[in-house]
Amino acid sequence: MLSVHDLATPVLKPASLSVAEGECVAVQGPSGAGKSVLLRAIADLDPNTGTVSLGDRSREAMPAPAWRRLVAYVAAESGWWLERVGDHFADPGAALPLVEALDLPAGALEWPVARLSTGERQRLAFARTLVQRPAVLLLDEPTAALDEASVDRVETLLRAELARGVAILIVTHAAAQAERLANRTLRMEMGRLLVPPPAELGEGH
Amino acid sequence: MPLIPLSYWDLAAAGLLLLVNGALSVAMALRLERPLLLAAVRMVVQLSLVGLVLNQLFALRSPWLTLGMAAVMVGFAGHEILGRQDRTLSGGWTYGLGAGSMAFAASLVMLMALTTAIRPDPWYDPRYAIPMLGMVLGNTMSGVSLALNTLSNAAVRERAAIEARLALGSSRWEALRTQQRQALRTGMMPIVNAMAATGVVSLPGMMTGQILGGVNPNEAVKYQILIMFLIAGATGLGVLLATFGAVHRLTDARDRLRLDRLNAYDR
Repeated sequence: MLSVHDLATPVLKPASLSVAEGECVAVQGPSGAGKSVLLRAIADLDPNTGTVSLGDRSREAMPAPAWRRLVAYVAAESGWWLERVGDHFADPGAALPLVEALDLPAGALEWPVARLSTGERQRLAFARTLVQRPAVLLLDEPTAALDEASVDRVETLLRAELARGVAILIVTHAAAQAERLANRTLRMEMGRLLVPPPAELGEGH
Repeated sequence: MPLIPLSYWDLAAAGLLLLVNGALSVAMALRLERPLLLAAVRMVVQLSLVGLVLNQLFALRSPWLTLGMAAVMVGFAGHEILGRQDRTLSGGWTYGLGAGSMAFAASLVMLMALTTAIRPDPWYDPRYAIPMLGMVLGNTMSGVSLALNTLSNAAVRERAAIEARLALGSSRWEALRTQQRQALRTGMMPIVNAMAATGVVSLPGMMTGQILGGVNPNEAVKYQILIMFLIAGATGLGVLLATFGAVHRLTDARDRLRLDRLNAYDR
């Protein structure tokens, strides 16, 4: 579904990968290996070369905002630009079930952003993206600031998305999380996406 | 009422006041005596030179010399905008955006004023065009430099918020709207405040000058109101152009935030 061919930036060495419908691919590697750079380049948030497409739709053939609604990047550090949480949602009504599924009170949408904890911010930023129903999720450490119960909740939602056919590319430090969610795991080192040997690739499926 | 001419002795006597300041600085170890002397000398030299230049300019009434003088003023103002930025735009935009927006806005407003409200003969008469351009330019310069500085600092500081909006599918204009609005407000604030306080707190310099020169206060007031409107118009237009240009430059056609096009913080 999502296919990336020779994607490169000044940091990222040409990388190729594909993620199928309903498939979850994890990306692991040391800090500074370029994992976030890879996700950002796929979302077209930094200048890059190479070709990226979703099914038969090429990224370059559509305006960047339209692409990012389909192939949604959720940064490790969430950004907020208004005072009230709910104002950051395209459709606050549709967000309610998600907010509850993430173990936050329904009233959280009325809260001022300044009062959110890091973990609450991370969950709400995730919900804010899910509401827009993207076809591909590019997740950068989506559970880094969360306790075990919240991690569970997020992973349950992710499984539901996968079941709907959403493709997920997830950067995570937690090997156990990659194990739980991912169909296969890619490694990155020093800006290079390492291609696993064919045997291993077969096992993963 | 004729103007009372000043002799150089009158100026020298008033200059003695600076000696008092200097003595105070020495007595209290403020170490202001050198900067004070330097600033006073600069003021006297610069103003005397401008007096000579204006004398010639007014006598010759040449459109080309007037235009040249205006260009020199715009050049200095553009340089001043640059000097007031914490972070400047890279490439040809460094100087061009601020100076260009300011020059365009000020020229447009001045042309309008000279051809409709004041109508001197000829319309480019430097006695009207140059002093008024100076006032319009000075204020537009402040507005544009404040706005550009606010916008570029906000873009850097609020990078996570801007990129979150982009990642959610906002266009570059939507994603930077909060910051652009903030920049516009900051750029417009000085003239809004000046209009609100003028006449109550301060008597504007131009009006005071005209009154001292023997002009009827009612006429002086009308000129001052005209100038305030011109300044507000030029500042609004200049600030608008500059912020749109800056948003355009700080992003690209694929709606990415391009902070790499800002030079490093240099203060």
